[in-house]
Amino acid sequence: MEDALLLALQLLGATIRVATPLVLAAFAGMYCERAGVVDIGLEGKMLAGAFFSAAVASTTLNPWLGLLAGIAAGMALAMVHGFACITHNGNQVVSGMAINILVAGLAPTLAYAWFQQGGQTPLLPNQARLPAVELPGVEALSGVPFLGPVYRELFNGNNVLIWVTLVLVIATQWVLYRTRFGLRLRAVGENPAAVDTAGLSVARLRYQALLVTGVLTGMAGSYLSTGHGAGFVRDMTAGKGYLALAALIFGKWRPGPTLFACLLFAFTDAVQVRLQGVVLPGIGVIPVQFIQMLPYVLTVLLLAGFVGKAIAPKASGIPYVKER
Amino acid sequence: MLLSGSGKGQPGAVPGWVGYALLPVLNLVAAFVLSGLVILVIGENPVDVLSLLLSEALGYPEAIGYTLYYTTDYIFTGLAVAIAFHCGLFNIGGEGQAYLGGLGAGLVALALTGWPWPVVALLAVLASALFGAAWAFIPAWLQAKRGSHIVITTIMFNFIAASIMTWLLVDVLIRPGSQSPETREFDPGVWLPSMDRALGWFGIAIPASPLNLSFLWALACCALFHIFLRRTRWGYELRTVGRNERAAVYAGISPARNIIIAMLISGALAGFVGVNEILGVQHRVILNFTGGVGFVGIAVALMGRNHPVGIILAALLFGVLAQGGGQLSFEYPTINRELVMVIQGLVILFAGAMENLFKPQVEALFRRRGGTAAAETGRG
Repeated sequence: MEDALLLALQLLGATIRVATPLVLAAFAGMYCERAGVVDIGLEGKMLAGAFFSAAVASTTLNPWLGLLAGIAAGMALAMVHGFACITHNGNQVVSGMAINILVAGLAPTLAYAWFQQGGQTPLLPNQARLPAVELPGVEALSGVPFLGPVYRELFNGNNVLIWVTLVLVIATQWVLYRTRFGLRLRAVGENPAAVDTAGLSVARLRYQALLVTGVLTGMAGSYLSTGHGAGFVRDMTAGKGYLALAALIFGKWRPGPTLFACLLFAFTDAVQVRLQGVVLPGIGVIPVQFIQMLPYVLTVLLLAGFVGKAIAPKASGIPYVKER
Repeated sequence: MLLSGSGKGQPGAVPGWVGYALLPVLNLVAAFVLSGLVILVIGENPVDVLSLLLSEALGYPEAIGYTLYYTTDYIFTGLAVAIAFHCGLFNIGGEGQAYLGGLGAGLVALALTGWPWPVVALLAVLASALFGAAWAFIPAWLQAKRGSHIVITTIMFNFIAASIMTWLLVDVLIRPGSQSPETREFDPGVWLPSMDRALGWFGIAIPASPLNLSFLWALACCALFHIFLRRTRWGYELRTVGRNERAAVYAGISPARNIIIAMLISGALAGFVGVNEILGVQHRVILNFTGGVGFVGIAVALMGRNHPVGIILAALLFGVLAQGGGQLSFEYPTINRELVMVIQGLVILFAGAMENLFKPQVEALFRRRGGTAAAETGRG
């Protein structure tokens, strides 16, 4: 019984750790898609955030400067995306793809030139990594059944960015539905012409949304390379940006369901690690690859409308051209 | 919906070649200037690096062979993206379709040991088309019947294809006793002849390179693509759906049917990458042999303005980048293959997403010149 509880808690703990970058990226996508800009470039922004965080953290030995660098990289790329598809009405999907390809090449190229370690940054020492938060009273509670292990395994020792993410999730729910900015953001994604008529600048709102996207993707990257991991390695995002996009659709562009979708994807990943090589009664060993592709298959099934129809913000993906 | 309106200027104000030639060249120059900056940042001389890139891609016959071998892949995926584009669809799944196409070609080559190569080649072409098309069919069907967004579903299908292929190569098709995830090598009798061998039959000697007969098939596909789109009823219907779905419905054309047809052809074209790579060069099914060709195809189609001639030229450009860029690392220790992706990404960004970046300035320039010319003739 005690073992089962511990296993469940470890699974949940792993789920939270894996989910964090997904949540950050998916919420990043939520801001810009709610404002009517599709961003397939989440992956690239995350990767850039991961690289610049690790590079700066490794040179300065200061993880916070690294975090800032990652955020700056994410914002810079978001502005490139905005310049292409807001200012120049370019194709949003193409711009996002270009950013992904660009960063997939740029990060290892710069890493190779700066650190001469085959396209990765040196392993970060502990002081250059974003710290874990140690909560008080772990020892005192450890004797208490259920509560003690839960407190120790789930809440204690989480990376500081996990807590920040939690705050951001709650803040996003509030910003989107309880503030004027959120109202305008949602409006510009549904009916930009109406927002324009009301005298607000569509371009300005979309740029603002993209700035938030840049910040969140930069943080997601930072978490990967300086929080969860200890250094940048080539392709370390490994499709998480696309998965975040899927989670966003899965979550119907709403904070709560999107959070749930990220946790679900992360849970399948945590389970997959545990299931490797385990013989299931009656089925035998499930090849790892089949478990790995579960989130993608889930997404396709959802898109097929079997789980409920997902309706995107109406103006999403369409450049807004003011009537002349 | 995803095709942005070109926003044509006043007729006659700006000559047509500006849109087809001048603007793409300007965008390309901008992309190369930025690439040069990146090269500066990593501490090399951009002019030296870029000129070495060009000479390593086009400077001697063997290099040209390699360049055309890469070009072959990009023609296939460029055409694949373009045909979907003509129907108003964005096929990002070229990567997965090409991967599955390679599986189809590989299975034929594995099964038909000892058969004459022309038969195997024909069946492998068919199988790669079939596998690629099948992989494109599901997203197509979902888009046509259930309204699922094809961009997302094709991305997901790339990941699913990667997982399935890894499983097949690790657990099922792996050469017995082998450690690396790949099939056994095909019997040399079924390999698709390389161009130097094929030309050797006619007494023409060229240096050996991976360039093989599938290059000719790629050119043939360009011709077939043009005939299909411009000279057949099917092509007409497909383009109608792409231009205006509602008008197509009123004209009695079924969008759903055409979406599926366009994606089937698209998947088949992407699948042909497998013939070039698996049957022509690798001679075994290996992991990740596609290496991003599906994504480059998007850029090729965009730069080629979805026209076969443009696609050949754009594919050649990316072929040059792939071959020349790959060679740079031998000369420059600080540069590795990824630099090519930087240049590719910048080219896609400028030529694809910011294609109208210089348009206002260039058009203004032409109007001003046209205006002064008109004023002068008026005065005279």
